[in-house]
Amino acid sequence: MREDLNLVLAGFGGQGLLFAGKVTAYAGLMEGREISWLPSYGPEMRGGTANCSVCVSDEPIGSPLVLEPNALIAMNLPSYDKFIDTVKPGGVALVDSTMVEKKSERTDIKAFYVPATRLADEAGLKGLANIILLGKLWKEMGFCSPEALQKGLEKCIPASKAAMLELNRKALQIGMDQ
Amino acid sequence: MAVVFERPHALTDKVFSYCPGCPHGIVHRLVAETIDELGIEDRTIGISPVGCSVTAYDFFACDMVEAAHGRAPAVATGIKRARPDNIVFTYQGDGDLAAIGMAETVHAATRGENITVIFINNAIYGMTGGQMAPTTLPGQITQTTPYGRDVKAAGYPIRVCELLSTLDGVALAQRVTVDSVKHVREAKKAIKRAFENQVNGRGYSIIEVVSACPTNWGLTPSEALCWLRDNMLPYYPLGVYKDAYPEEGGAKK
Amino acid sequence: MAEKVLMKGNEALAEAAICAGCHHFFGYPITPQTELAAYMAKKMPKIGGTYLQAESELASINMVLGAAAAGVRAMTSTSSPGLSLMTEGISYMAGCDLPALIVNVQRGGPGLGGIQPSQADYYQATKATGHGDFQLIVLAPSTVQEMVDMVFLAFELGEKYRMPAMLFSDGLLGQMMEPVVLPEPGDIKTVEKPWAVTGHGGKRKHNIVNSLYLEPNLLEDTVRARYERYAEAQRTEQRCEEFMVDDAEIVLVAYGASSRICRSAVTTARQQGIKAGLIRPITVWPFPNDAIQKAASHAKAFLSVEMSMGQMVDDVRLALNGARPTYFYGRTGGMIPSPAEVLEEIKKIQEGK
Repeated sequence: MREDLNLVLAGFGGQGLLFAGKVTAYAGLMEGREISWLPSYGPEMRGGTANCSVCVSDEPIGSPLVLEPNALIAMNLPSYDKFIDTVKPGGVALVDSTMVEKKSERTDIKAFYVPATRLADEAGLKGLANIILLGKLWKEMGFCSPEALQKGLEKCIPASKAAMLELNRKALQIGMDQ
Repeated sequence: MAVVFERPHALTDKVFSYCPGCPHGIVHRLVAETIDELGIEDRTIGISPVGCSVTAYDFFACDMVEAAHGRAPAVATGIKRARPDNIVFTYQGDGDLAAIGMAETVHAATRGENITVIFINNAIYGMTGGQMAPTTLPGQITQTTPYGRDVKAAGYPIRVCELLSTLDGVALAQRVTVDSVKHVREAKKAIKRAFENQVNGRGYSIIEVVSACPTNWGLTPSEALCWLRDNMLPYYPLGVYKDAYPEEGGAKK
Repeated sequence: MAEKVLMKGNEALAEAAICAGCHHFFGYPITPQTELAAYMAKKMPKIGGTYLQAESELASINMVLGAAAAGVRAMTSTSSPGLSLMTEGISYMAGCDLPALIVNVQRGGPGLGGIQPSQADYYQATKATGHGDFQLIVLAPSTVQEMVDMVFLAFELGEKYRMPAMLFSDGLLGQMMEPVVLPEPGDIKTVEKPWAVTGHGGKRKHNIVNSLYLEPNLLEDTVRARYERYAEAQRTEQRCEEFMVDDAEIVLVAYGASSRICRSAVTTARQQGIKAGLIRPITVWPFPNDAIQKAASHAKAFLSVEMSMGQMVDDVRLALNGARPTYFYGRTGGMIPSPAEVLEEIKKIQEGK
């Protein structure tokens, strides 16, 4: 049995966290696993904090709300502050260090500080820091096969936006190289 | 022997339950005659309100639905959207249409729902025993305005046709009465146009019938008609308030 | 088999309703059911159906009443505060014996409450969805797939028993995405509706859709006849899922979102040697009394877990009629119980605390 992925993605609305979560969920679905995706919802739709929980498992998923993630992607300071201490011991935390200057003092988690927003801007991939972080998460946790991850991406980008698919693939690769 | 007068086919043989001198019977008949003349009984669906005419479903021979208080325009909307080829009318009193159902009335009108609304304005709640209506006149005594309607406390009456006439969705808004033969004939014409508008897909038509309630006004039927002329008509002038298709009809100001 | 797709519960439900032949949707915006209405607004014009944003929930439910009276499959969706406004129309529909679908994507209450998931409308759904003697069929999905499947069931049961049917969801199920297989169009079980107002066509006496009976004896007869149908539904339509109940000593009872959490808690309890099980009501009306009573033959105690202050627990107690002790654990206001909290309650019962 493969390890469960209990992922929290958090940041500002508009950073594409819900989208990155959906790609992860679809990647799990491509391998026939049980998956769930649950967004935060409410009046903070734009500019406020947005987060979502993604579960990938071989067992039916109980609560889709992830309270103790074994993986965290944090893309702004409020999200980092809110979630860094919830990460399970042994878990992975990915922090966009362009957005968050803090570093965690926890020694029981594997924390990675990736300047994803800067990397995206430098590569001409503005707005794809989310996917760069997803690539890094995949490198660290290998939560699915590389083919499943690619298929997950394809599922989330309509055929009419083929150009976007290429850019997302590039971003994924940048993340994997970190 | 030639038949010169008979019950319209669109009325059942059920005896009206209305009080002596109540104009509901006249207006029911005008609606039924219209349905007969347009040959639409087989596809007409009526909606009765809550109020004295709540049991109108027993009197009209077409298919009928009884709606909750004020909700007839919403029910009519549901029916018309489900069955756009049917003819749908509501028959509502002043409490039903202009108090509890004002939101439904205004929004059905502004959507231009292709329905026909027959509105009986007698300035009082009849079925519950004579309480103040949204159309009760200033100073008018009712069970719940025992010292006369004090506009400082109870506000002013609502003129429905004037209010609805500002809405783009309204095809026809006309106020009539049935206190005399001449006015009954005019009312009939107006009601017929309101149904014809629907047949022709023109949108929302409302005919307000200034009416009397001898029982709750505490007057004899003939006194009630005098009171109607002296008090109701000055506050609620008869006439056409909106007619989006004047070239097609006989409605005149 | 059709491909599994990822969809939000609200959107999957909307698509399923269209597949089930419901082409008339009337609603008023409220969180967290918004996606459902938005999906309808997008799809209905393309298939010649009706999406109408009404002026209020009062109007929406009465539009549903009108469309249902006219014999079509009609629905509305709302969330808790909106459902309160709809109770008038739901009572009238029950009194007119009209089938239709009402979706409640529950959120925290009372009052404006909150917008996070809740199960605090259980009393309202099963005991008093409006004035008068009446019941609704109330189906409680626990997965996005069930949101789809139960739409069909809700229309079928509603039409069979001539009752309004409610899909009793919550913000969690409405907002979450799960893999789902959408139904193939064309597999709709419909019934004749000779009572509908369609225009008599000169072929029959006029139909009257009405809930008014001024003679009390007639009203009593009508209500009694309706209750015979309810009794039939209670005999034949109880549905629930049993998870590890066969030899369970502690039986959890939970529906919808909270049942998912209980399932995780039961699994962990079993790993720790505690004989726990779960009865998940699928119909919360009719309530699965038979399954509860059957489980009482071996279970020592029952635990109702809800996202409320304890409402369904009353029905568990009624079913058991004092035969076994019944406990309650709940979170409310939009808080979701965690599997660890539920496990803790199971252990307390096990240890006799």
